[in-house]
Amino acid sequence: MQENQRASKPNIRVILIWLVILAAVWLLWSGLYKPLVIGLGAASCLLTVLVAHRIGFFNESTSIHVLPRMPRYWFQLFIDIIKSNIDVTRIILDPKLPISPTEVEIEAAPKGPIGQAILGNSITLSPGTVTIDVFEGRLRIHCLTKEGAEELIACDINQRTAELTEK
Amino acid sequence: MMEQVIDVLSWILLTSGGIFVLIGGVGALRLPNFYTRTHAASVTDTMATFLVLGGIMLQAGLSIATIKLVAILVFLLLTGPTASYALANAALLSGMKPETEAKSSDKGHTK
Repeated sequence: MQENQRASKPNIRVILIWLVILAAVWLLWSGLYKPLVIGLGAASCLLTVLVAHRIGFFNESTSIHVLPRMPRYWFQLFIDIIKSNIDVTRIILDPKLPISPTEVEIEAAPKGPIGQAILGNSITLSPGTVTIDVFEGRLRIHCLTKEGAEELIACDINQRTAELTEK
Repeated sequence: MMEQVIDVLSWILLTSGGIFVLIGGVGALRLPNFYTRTHAASVTDTMATFLVLGGIMLQAGLSIATIKLVAILVFLLLTGPTASYALANAALLSGMKPETEAKSSDKGHTK
């Protein structure tokens, strides 16, 4: 088993774990436990793993060990989203519409493509900030207000995403 | 008794979710240009989704439907920002400059 190195060879254990996850998800969503339906489910799980293998999904080292850390990350992101929602709602409902559109460029702390995608999506997900370009590890972000831009630079979402995916 | 409490709670969530959808719509109309309007859309994407789906989950109770609703929530939260990014990046690549000063003359580019 060579799960620790960034091997280009796919890892049997990771594939099996994904198969189990897919099967569990399929069983929970279907709710029908007849032989034919279960057979179709098994076939679609195997097909999914095959397709994922062919596009090189299992060659990425950051695919399975990230999962246990997700709930904590999601919880922190949820708090951030609620906060910035309240800010943006205030701005929209303010008769004076106090916006000051600002563009910032930040260096992504996560180096892998998955980490950068998660970072960009997390930033887009919180209202008031939208990632408009990712190029060579730099994210271009459009912010609704100057304060929002400063908050984004001050907050630790960049570090948190790096911790999520890089260790 | 317990059922009534859950019912009231779920209606509060559903109603406030509806209000946030409305706020997102108002924002999309009030904000001056394309990039600022995407910010209003993400209010509908996040807060309204949380509240409306939370309200429906309370109605569904502990059943297989709730698991499906959680799945819907996760997929919405994963695909929403991807779509926003695709839209914003397409606008950027087709030469729309994000203005640091809001201007109201480019309403035609919002679709």
